[in-house]
Amino acid sequence: MGVKAGLVKNGKIATRDAYGQALVELGRENKDLVVLDADLSKSTKTADFAKVFPERFFNMGIAEQNLIGFSAGLAAAGKIPFASTFAVFATGRAFEQIRNSVAYPRLNVKIAATHAGISVGEDGASHQSVEDLSLMRGLPNMTVLVPADAQETYQVIKAAAAYEGPVYIRLGRLAVPVLFDDSYKFTIGKANVLRPGRDVAIIANGLMVGEALKAADILLEQRVEAAVVNCASLKPFDSETIIEVVKETGAVVTSEEHSIIGGLGSAVAETLSENYPVFLERVGIKDTFGESGRPHELLAKYGLTAKDIIKAVARVLIRKHSI
Amino acid sequence: MTTVIEKMACKIRQDIIEMLVQAKSGHPGGSLSAADIMAVLYFSVLRIDPARPDWPDRDRFVLSKGHAAPVLYAALAERGFFPREELLKLRQTGHFLQGHPDMKKVPGVDMSTGSLGQGISAAAGMALAGKIDQKDYRVYCLLGDGEIAEGLVWEAAMAAAHYKLDNLVGILDHNGLQIDGRNEDVLNSAPLKAKWEAFGWNVLEVDGHNTEELLNVFDLAKNLKGKPTMIIAETVKGKGVSFMENAVGWHGVAPSPEEAEIALAELKGGEINGC
Repeated sequence: MGVKAGLVKNGKIATRDAYGQALVELGRENKDLVVLDADLSKSTKTADFAKVFPERFFNMGIAEQNLIGFSAGLAAAGKIPFASTFAVFATGRAFEQIRNSVAYPRLNVKIAATHAGISVGEDGASHQSVEDLSLMRGLPNMTVLVPADAQETYQVIKAAAAYEGPVYIRLGRLAVPVLFDDSYKFTIGKANVLRPGRDVAIIANGLMVGEALKAADILLEQRVEAAVVNCASLKPFDSETIIEVVKETGAVVTSEEHSIIGGLGSAVAETLSENYPVFLERVGIKDTFGESGRPHELLAKYGLTAKDIIKAVARVLIRKHSI
Repeated sequence: MTTVIEKMACKIRQDIIEMLVQAKSGHPGGSLSAADIMAVLYFSVLRIDPARPDWPDRDRFVLSKGHAAPVLYAALAERGFFPREELLKLRQTGHFLQGHPDMKKVPGVDMSTGSLGQGISAAAGMALAGKIDQKDYRVYCLLGDGEIAEGLVWEAAMAAAHYKLDNLVGILDHNGLQIDGRNEDVLNSAPLKAKWEAFGWNVLEVDGHNTEELLNVFDLAKNLKGKPTMIIAETVKGKGVSFMENAVGWHGVAPSPEEAEIALAELKGGEINGC
């Protein structure tokens, strides 16, 4: 099974849409699965589940702390709760509930947060989480997953449901290209090498994977062979695969729709500094809040396009060849 | 029945003093104020089995005021969930009795708590799970009166009423004191009864040191349908130890060995409360 073709428009679909569909299927397979939302079910797409399984859907109202607290209690009593709201509120408003009531007792709660990153667009900085991954990655016991497209989201949701323990899943509002087909295989704790390359490695997750693939195509025309690695499993982090790829390239560019502090760029830098130091450039949000605007205009303004990845590749290659 | 429970409450109070003097830190005041409530719960009300702490059909107890961990540990040990000797290793490195309850380490602890306001939210989630599964277990949750300043308490209260969680019983340990002073001076939470009623709960009021009244009120709560129930228990912080009673300073300080000796003599000698 995979993403329903009907949901895809012009080859694009938001990861939140794939989430809604996966939840309904999981609801059929597992009676212990319950879904909670904080008055955003139409936006987070948990409304899809609510329509089919009203007796297993619980709206907590605009009360994110209680959304997580109830989820913890449900998990302690054997349920598999998926709790959804926007990423800013899930990880910010309810951070300490996630820390003390979910991560610390290692309860089986899945936090599927949508509207992550600046691609939220018009709603502006108050609703654009640029730090959610940093917050979640710092928590012991937490698994952190950042799918790139609808197909991967579908698999991520299924993997999260099958996994015993707390999981944070970062989903987006914006329709993004479908990159993978049924043959794609997501595994918690594994990075996927999407294409090999010997000059530079581009390590990305979320919607920046699509941009990384575009960048690699353009770079090839310039005779630069860029490896592209999808690091959807931010935690556990697949150091082994990353090091293996980077040994080949000797230079790396990370790319994420998140602050360069505490997310994928940091994770790669930490791993490589300790194990295999190479030249590194980080594409991401440069320690700043976003603003209102059309998603694609914002992605361009904040340096989150294939063009920005190519510029970073140029910088890192100059450094690599200057020694 | 009540004399057995009263004796158990007295043992729990002695355990609390012995634990804290060994640990050299911890919270005596709010542990002692809840000793009678806990004795009634663990030796009469709760449907539990010490041999099967994970029994799916058991009643749940959540200590939302997690800093009163000593009273919970003493009740669990006296009820046979783990050996009493463990009590004397409270808060020590490498031993399982943490400063605040840890459900993954201690048999019989149903929820990890310590960060105030979170216990009641999780307890309500457990009660909801019971409703979904059509189980007849009940969920009991002890809250502090300072704790209810946390906004999450009221988020949980609203949702518990919305989902008609009549299998959820809260007990408010109303001893009137919190770390910085009297409730009404730090942050006034009155009127308590009207607040909980306005949030859609049944409210019962009880003398939190009268075991017979407590037994009756828990019994009554079982028959109240359609709403969660809050039992407001009037208590005395530090109850049972003369120099700790109603003294703000005994919130989070362990007694010295000399003070503990006096406290234990009082508790064993039955000078206060027939202990």
